[in-house]
Amino acid sequence: MIKISKETIERIKENVVKGRRNKEDEDFEGGSIGEPGVEELVEEVLKGGVKPKEIIDYINEAMEVVGKRYETGEFFIPDMMASAEAVSAGMKVLEPYLSSTGESMDKIVIATVEGDLHDIGKNIVALLLKGAGFNVIDLGTNVSAEKIVETVKEERAKFVGLSALLTTTMRRMGEVVDKLRAEGVAVKVLAGGAAVSAEYAEQIGAIYCKDAFEAVEVAKGD
Amino acid sequence: MREGVLVKPYERLEKEQIEKIHEASLSILSDPGIISYNREAAEIFEDNGAEVSSHNGYWRVSIPERLVEESVKKAPSAVKLSARDKEDSLILDGKEPRVRFGTGSESNIILDINMEDFVSEESGIKKSFPVFYRRRGTVQDLCQAAHLCEHLQNVDFFIRTVNIQDEEITEDNKDINKFYASLNNMKKHVMAGLTNVEKLDDVIRMAEIISGGRGSKEPLISFITCVTKSPLQLVEDTTQNLIEIAKRGYPVSVSTSPQGGSTAPLQEAGMLAQLNAEILAGITLAQLVRKHTPVLYGSVPLRVRMDNLDNMYGAPETNLYNMGGVQMARFYEIPCYSTAGVGDSKFPGIEASVNKLLSHLFIALSGAQYIHYAFGLLEGTNTFSPEQAILDDLHIGMIKSILKEQRIEEEIEDSLKEIREVMSTSHKMFTRYARKYLRGGEVIPFYPFDGDANETLIKARERKEELLSAPIDEIQEDVKKEIFQEFDVLERIK
Repeated sequence: MIKISKETIERIKENVVKGRRNKEDEDFEGGSIGEPGVEELVEEVLKGGVKPKEIIDYINEAMEVVGKRYETGEFFIPDMMASAEAVSAGMKVLEPYLSSTGESMDKIVIATVEGDLHDIGKNIVALLLKGAGFNVIDLGTNVSAEKIVETVKEERAKFVGLSALLTTTMRRMGEVVDKLRAEGVAVKVLAGGAAVSAEYAEQIGAIYCKDAFEAVEVAKGD
Repeated sequence: MREGVLVKPYERLEKEQIEKIHEASLSILSDPGIISYNREAAEIFEDNGAEVSSHNGYWRVSIPERLVEESVKKAPSAVKLSARDKEDSLILDGKEPRVRFGTGSESNIILDINMEDFVSEESGIKKSFPVFYRRRGTVQDLCQAAHLCEHLQNVDFFIRTVNIQDEEITEDNKDINKFYASLNNMKKHVMAGLTNVEKLDDVIRMAEIISGGRGSKEPLISFITCVTKSPLQLVEDTTQNLIEIAKRGYPVSVSTSPQGGSTAPLQEAGMLAQLNAEILAGITLAQLVRKHTPVLYGSVPLRVRMDNLDNMYGAPETNLYNMGGVQMARFYEIPCYSTAGVGDSKFPGIEASVNKLLSHLFIALSGAQYIHYAFGLLEGTNTFSPEQAILDDLHIGMIKSILKEQRIEEEIEDSLKEIREVMSTSHKMFTRYARKYLRGGEVIPFYPFDGDANETLIKARERKEELLSAPIDEIQEDVKKEIFQEFDVLERIK
C-alpha cells in the first residue's frame, strides 16, 4: 500500500478551495496550471488506501472554508461555483468506490418545469448541490410532470428541485407536486426561480429556496 | 511610478482648426496684447523685444509672435513630479495622452453629513435621513482630506482640497501649514498655490528636507499660479509668484480660468483663442525668466450662468472648452493641467455624480495628462465633501477601466479555449474564468454603493471612516523635529 502523506490530503482541501478540478485548471489567480487538481489527488489517495468516507469528510471541511469565505465577502459566486465543480469532479472519481462499499450519496432530481427554457439558476443550484456532496440528476429544461415523477420514483430520490422563471410556467410546479402526492411518492420538493415566492411555494406544498445557497442549506439540513 | 492610462484621444478639432486657434492667439497677444499689473513682467517682456507702454498702475504689452513661438518651444515636454513614495511619482509627457486624476480647488466649505432620525406626522414612522452641515475648512480638515486621498486608489496627485481658515493661520504661516498638512498625510505628489511669495523659499526648503536633505533635486511639490485675470490681464501677485517659481526652476501650472459669456467669448473658437493666448503669455514669461522651466498648460475654462453670471461647471460648453484646451496643449507638446469633475450640484450623491461624470469621461477621453478638481467638489469649487470624493474615486476607476488599452491579441486564444471548455459543461457558465480578473483587481465585483440616495451616502460615509482609520506613513520623527524647529507649523497638527 502506498503511504499517503497528510500533505496530499491537505492538497485536496487546498484545491477544492482554489476550485481546481484537474491539472488543466487554473486557480483563482490564474496560476497552478499543470499541478494535480482534485481528480488526480483523490485518485492518488484512494490508491493509497484512504477510505472514501474519509475523503468526503476532507472535502466537506474544504467546502466549509469556501462557505465561510463567501460569507465574509472574501469569495464570490464564481469561487463557490468553481469549488463546487472541483468537488463534483472528485465525487465522480469516488463514486465507483462508494457503490462498492455500499455507501451512497443522497439523490436530488432537478428540472426546469414544462414550458420554461430558462436554466441559469437551475444550473447554479445543481452545481452547488454537487459541491455539497449530493448526487444530482439534472433533467434539463421544459420537463413534463410525468417525466419528473417517473425519475424520482426510479432513482428513489430524496429531494426534487423545481425551477421556473415565468409566472405562467410557475403553475406547472403545482401540477408536479399534485402528481407526486397522487402517486404516493414521499419526496421533499424544493421550489425556486425568479417568479416563485414563499407564499406560492407554501400554497403548493413545496419548500421555497430564495437562492442556490438556501437550496443547499435546506437539503443539507434535512 | 504612477503610469496613468494611455488613451486613444478623442480629437474634436482638426489640425487646421488647431492651427487657426494658435494663429488667433498669437494675433491677440500682439494686438490688443495683454495688460500687465506686474512691473517686473512688463520689464522682462520689454527686454525681450515686446512693445510696452506704461499707464497709470499698469503696462500694455504687445508680445511679438516670434517671441511667443520661440519661448513655448523651450518648455519641456516631460515634467517630473516626484513624491514621498517613488511609486507615486509622475512623469507627465506632453506628447503622450496618458491620463491621471487628482484633487483640487482649496474649497472654503467642508460639508459634514449626519444621519438624523425623523418621525412622520402622518404615520408615526421613524426613519433616518442625512442632514448636511456646512462649515469653514481648517488645517485638520486638510490633514484628513490628505489622509483619505492617500487611500483613494484613483487619486494620482494631491492639490489641497480645503482652504485652511483657522484663526491662527496668517498670511505668513499659511503656505508652510498647507504643504506640511498635505505632505505629512500622504506620499503622493503635492501641488498647491502660494499665499505669500516671500514664503516660497521656506516651502521649498521644507520639501527638500522631507525628500532627503537640502538641495534635493526631487520636486515633491509643485505650484499652481493663476496668472491671468480674464480677459488678458496679468495679475500683480500671481504673476510675481510665477516669476519667483520659475527663477527656482520648480514645476508650475500656468493656469487661467476665462468664463465663457462674461470674461471671455461664449463661442468655442473665441474662448479657445483667448484661453490659449492667456496661457501662452504665462508660459512665455516663465521661459523668459528661466529657460526650460517645467510648466503645465493650465486650462480651467468654464461657462457662466445667464441668470447671475456665476460659474456653471456643469454646462456642456465647459466640456467643449476643456476638450479644446487639451488639444491645444498637445499641439505645443506641453502637459495639460485640465479640469473635470466639477458640477453645480450642492449635495453629494447620485445627482452630483452624474453631473461630474460628463466631464470626468470627456476630459479623460481627450487625453489630458493631469486632470485636477476631479474628487469631492460640490457647487462648483466652493465645497468639498469627503463622501463625494469616495464616490468619485469609484467612478474615476470605472472610467480608467473603460479607457484602458485593449488586449485583443493577448486574450483571443485563451478566450477560444474558455468558450470550447464551457460548452462541454452542463452549466455553461464562464464564472470560473472570471476569478483571475476579480483577484487581479481588474474588475470590481459589484457597485458597492447601491441603494436609495440615503443608503448610498451611508455606505460612502462608512467607507470614509474605514479609510480614515487605515494607517498612513507620516514623515519620520527626526525630520519632523527639524521642520518644527525651523518653521511655524501649528501645534495641533504637529
